[in-house]
Amino acid sequence: MTVQPAMPKCWRVETKPHKFCPGCGHGLVLKALGQAIDELGIQDKVVFGCDIGCSLLSWDFFNMDTVQTHHGRTNPVITGMKRANSDIIGVAYMGDGGGYAIGAQHLVSSATRNERITAILVNNTQYGMTGGQMAPTTMPGQKTETSPYGRDAETTGSPTQGPEMVAAIAPEGAYVARGSVANMKQLKGYIKKALENQMAGNGFSFVEALSLCPTNWRTNAKDTWKFLEEDMYKYFKVGELRVPGPREKEGQ
Amino acid sequence: MPEKPIQGEKRVFVTGNEVVAWAALAAGAEIMYGYPITPQNEIMHYWTRMIPKYGRRFLQTEDELSAGFTTVGGVLAGRRAFTATAGPGNTLMQEPISMAEAMRLPIVVVVQQRGGPSTATVIYSQQEVTLTTLGGNGEGLRVVYSTATHQELFDYTIKSFNTAWKYRFPTFVLGDGYQAKMRESLTFYDPAERGIEMVPTDAYVGRPGMPGVDRPPKHMRNTYNMEEELYEVLQGYLADFAKAAPEIAEHETFDTEDADLVIISHGVVSRACKMAVRDLREQGYKVGYFRPITLRPMPEKELQEVAGKAKQLLVVESAQGQLARLVKEVIYGSTAEMLSLFKPGVGITSEEVIARVKEIKG
Ligand SMILES: Cc1ncc(C[n+]2csc(CCOP(=O)(O)OP(=O)(O)O)c2C)c(N)n1
Ligand code: SF4
Ligand SMILES: [Mg+2]
Repeated sequence: MTVQPAMPKCWRVETKPHKFCPGCGHGLVLKALGQAIDELGIQDKVVFGCDIGCSLLSWDFFNMDTVQTHHGRTNPVITGMKRANSDIIGVAYMGDGGGYAIGAQHLVSSATRNERITAILVNNTQYGMTGGQMAPTTMPGQKTETSPYGRDAETTGSPTQGPEMVAAIAPEGAYVARGSVANMKQLKGYIKKALENQMAGNGFSFVEALSLCPTNWRTNAKDTWKFLEEDMYKYFKVGELRVPGPREKEGQ
Repeated sequence: MPEKPIQGEKRVFVTGNEVVAWAALAAGAEIMYGYPITPQNEIMHYWTRMIPKYGRRFLQTEDELSAGFTTVGGVLAGRRAFTATAGPGNTLMQEPISMAEAMRLPIVVVVQQRGGPSTATVIYSQQEVTLTTLGGNGEGLRVVYSTATHQELFDYTIKSFNTAWKYRFPTFVLGDGYQAKMRESLTFYDPAERGIEMVPTDAYVGRPGMPGVDRPPKHMRNTYNMEEELYEVLQGYLADFAKAAPEIAEHETFDTEDADLVIISHGVVSRACKMAVRDLREQGYKVGYFRPITLRPMPEKELQEVAGKAKQLLVVESAQGQLARLVKEVIYGSTAEMLSLFKPGVGITSEEVIARVKEIKG
């Protein structure tokens, strides 16, 4: 891993250290988001919405207006806000359970309506906040609290391919990518483009971030990264799926 | 500036759903979010037809969860925002409403009650009283106006925005399918010309200035770490609600002074009940009438007074005792006999009310 630069300017120092478990990927995703916001100079324009899930812990994370919503409902709250005041740059931040299970209809409809918001979804392959149950993103054979013998794809389905789904249904102008906390520069680039795409008024912008949950994976530092880079990369392909206009270098 | 939707006063003969759309326009509602459900559909139909001329907005959402949560978003952005629903939609709407309660967000929800439980009928009932007054996982920190006429639908739709923004509790206009679909005469007016000042709105998020530098960031949560933390917040909310309740509560009553029996009803059923009371009086029966206009908060003192004087209270409603439960809670300790005429999901005529009173009086 490369050395991380200092705390993003838009982070709220008073609430650091943050509330996530040590080694959690949420902090890294929010670092990438913070850096992107700093680079774009939009701290005073962004309204950040966090879901219920471990993302709820970010309700006072930034020096930015923030609304904690309900499990799965961050997309509609930010959508309603953006529809009411288009000067806001709306960021909806959620987990894989929030976005792909209980709030799936909101994700689908935000995408098909091409809502001018930026949705960032943290994929940690299970329900972190509630203690590690199976999520739509849980991989075949993966043990969780509700798939103690490993996820059986036959009876419980296969991991949701979120960005692929959004890319397939979103109209022209959408931006869709999957990044990873193992490549922070790239993840920041994707998130920055997802924000720029909203600012340009092009369409729905969606970034899934492959993340880490050592607590529920019950992994040490080495195995945590191995789980992400070996197991998760097999099912979840990192890259951009939809880019309006010409592709740029940054974010590759 | 687009012109005012209503100039001066205008006598009209229209359906209740049309009334709500016009009232929301007149009140300066800026955006409606909604999902189709009978019998509220025409609120959206009229709204979407009229708004381009007045620069207002509409979003059709994927369901009522989204309709409620987008309304929450609209209010957070500082707009006079509302939604409308009924029946199973009202059930889904309770989740966003509980967030609005938790964060004191002035959303306005128009409910046109239909039959229940489940999909039931698309026509009429008064069966959404319990859900609308006390739904969600909380303490019912909300205001519910139950209208009886088209004029009231107009008046209270306008008023609901002011109550919501003044007190910052989610506010409902509780109508029903009969009121929604029926045509009736009423007067449209511009609130300003009647001296009604619209309570100004302001944004919770996205205000000017650099957060953390020019102003503190707005951090809004609905989750608490400790029981005591939540308890403290709720104590503040409950005290605010208790203080506001007597200012908000409204009722209508007549002929109770010397009445042995007082008929209690709300909403459209009060039309039949009032007619029945007048007819019965002419026939020499000592009957009176009481109607809570707000079902949450209830007009407690006034109802207690009536219950303290009357020997019998007859609760009449198109539900199996949903209003009666609210009444009993308020008059607990009164020795008045509780009587009922319950017809869940069905309309009630004055003849039926008169027959019931005569049955009671022998
Ligand atoms: C309506 C509702 N159902 C269930 C819950 C309980 N709940 C809280 S967080 C959560 C799962 C969160 O998982 P995910 O969205 O993947 O986020 P993570 O914690 O993994 O980041 C659940 C089921 C809830 N808060 N609300
Ligand atoms: S449970 Fe997992 S996702 Fe939640 S804070 Fe801890 S490490 Fe992060
Ligand atoms: Mg998760």
